[in-house]
Amino acid sequence: MIEVIIYLSSGLFLGWSLGANDAANIFGTAVGSKMVKFSTAALIMTIFVILGSVVSGAGASHTLGALGQVGTLPAAFVVAFAAAVAVYWMTKLGLPVSTSHSIVGGIIGWNLYSGFATDLGVLREIVGAWIFSPILSAVFAVVLFFIFKKWLNNAKIHLLHLDFYTRWGLLIVGAFGAYSLGANNIANVMGVFTGIMEIPDYNIGLLTLSGAQQLFLLGGIAISVGVVSYSKKVMLTVGSNIMDISPIGAFIVVLASSTTLFIFASATLKDFLIMLGLPSLPLVPVSSSQAVVGAVLGLGLAKGGRNINFKLLGKIGVGWILTPITAAVISFILLFFMQNVFIRSVV
Amino acid sequence: MPHILFGRSKELEIEITEYLDLVNQGALTFKRDLKRYIKKDFELFEEALIDIKEIENNADEHQKDIKYKLYKYMLIPDSRADVLNIIEEIDTITDLAKEVIYEISIEKPVIPAQLESDFLELVENSAEAVDMLVKAVRSFFEEIAQVNDYVNKVHFFEHQADKNEERLKRRIFSEECQEVEIAYKLQLRYFIEEIAALSDQAEMVSEEVSVAAVKRRI
Repeated sequence: MIEVIIYLSSGLFLGWSLGANDAANIFGTAVGSKMVKFSTAALIMTIFVILGSVVSGAGASHTLGALGQVGTLPAAFVVAFAAAVAVYWMTKLGLPVSTSHSIVGGIIGWNLYSGFATDLGVLREIVGAWIFSPILSAVFAVVLFFIFKKWLNNAKIHLLHLDFYTRWGLLIVGAFGAYSLGANNIANVMGVFTGIMEIPDYNIGLLTLSGAQQLFLLGGIAISVGVVSYSKKVMLTVGSNIMDISPIGAFIVVLASSTTLFIFASATLKDFLIMLGLPSLPLVPVSSSQAVVGAVLGLGLAKGGRNINFKLLGKIGVGWILTPITAAVISFILLFFMQNVFIRSVV
Repeated sequence: MPHILFGRSKELEIEITEYLDLVNQGALTFKRDLKRYIKKDFELFEEALIDIKEIENNADEHQKDIKYKLYKYMLIPDSRADVLNIIEEIDTITDLAKEVIYEISIEKPVIPAQLESDFLELVENSAEAVDMLVKAVRSFFEEIAQVNDYVNKVHFFEHQADKNEERLKRRIFSEECQEVEIAYKLQLRYFIEEIAALSDQAEMVSEEVSVAAVKRRI
């Protein structure tokens, strides 16, 4: 049991850092501008991240499994650990880093080490989603901007009522954002473990949690601990730097990026689109930070394109390439040590 | 929408509406009192002197309350500085109105009969500029698209008041008023400038409202 907890710890640590960093993408501006209290934001994040993880986390996890099914618990520990180290390192370098990119790198490192061929079709799908997600988020932001602009500039809403609506709006899209973050990114935290661990179903009254859902619940709690223990600092420093925009702008950015994350996570939505005969998107863990950056750029473009930070675009590109490669290399090296120094089977 | 749902926002909204009502009442009282004085109805003028003072005191109380509540409840973070500035600047108009009425009551300037209609017109235009400013501020809160229309009207009445001011001064210092002593002429000039100052201040605040409205548009 203790060994299992130790092996899971790297995933839980990744979950903690995800909560600490990514909560600012959702509630950064709202808390930074004092529209929403941190305690309220943290409570909403906690509830909805866990809900999203448990209810809708399976889709994106499945895609990671298809990329490479890490075979043993020690190997899963190493893959998640390598991803966490890469995230930490890239953060130090000031690059907009993503646990999604990192874990994919980690899995490819395992594939290389163990000699399993990486499914290039799945990899193409994942990389395509990474490139497409900020673009989609930007498009959503532009559309939402014009809808809100048309509506608000002609609406007869008292400034103070608007303030009230905006606060509630930020809470509601924040809840949606937290749900989408949990649904989409829980795969990064627990995806490598779900295929290995055989956990019996657990019945809690009305509903039954599958083994994977129990792991997602644990990962969701780890994310929440990250939110509660560390994200305030990130919200008050990094959060306000990324998005120096009005509360309504923040509402649009969060709604656009959360919708993007949701689209790449919801199996129900995917089935619904297929049923309608519409093109659907693959369920892939994407980066919430990059979805936010995409939405902020979209907002900038819609406002006339004067505030676009092209340096940031370059940094995203570097992050896309550097993060998975770094994680893959670290994963490969650590797997070697795990097998030859700690004598644990990793294949 | 029920009061309970909006809570603090509603409380502040009522406070701001009442405050703007007081500024409006101040301008109307200013106009009423000056008309009485210009038409030499001195008894009635003195009788109602206290009105403008009460309005001014009441407005001051509201202004303090609004400032306190805006910060205490942390409402409208991105418009707060603009709102406070507008509320403060608009308050000087009521102060000015009270000052003019009280100084007239103390100094009792003599207005030559031939200048009465010009004086009335100046008072009318100055008070109208304030009235339009209050409408511009209300629109800033309630219907942003209307702000510019009212700001333009403030400009119009301020311009009219400027013309009245110049015409009155020219007439006072012309042969038409040669029987008036120079000391009285200077005193009249002072009051003309004070009355016109109301519209000047209204114009200044309206510029700020206009800029704040542009910032509010997304």
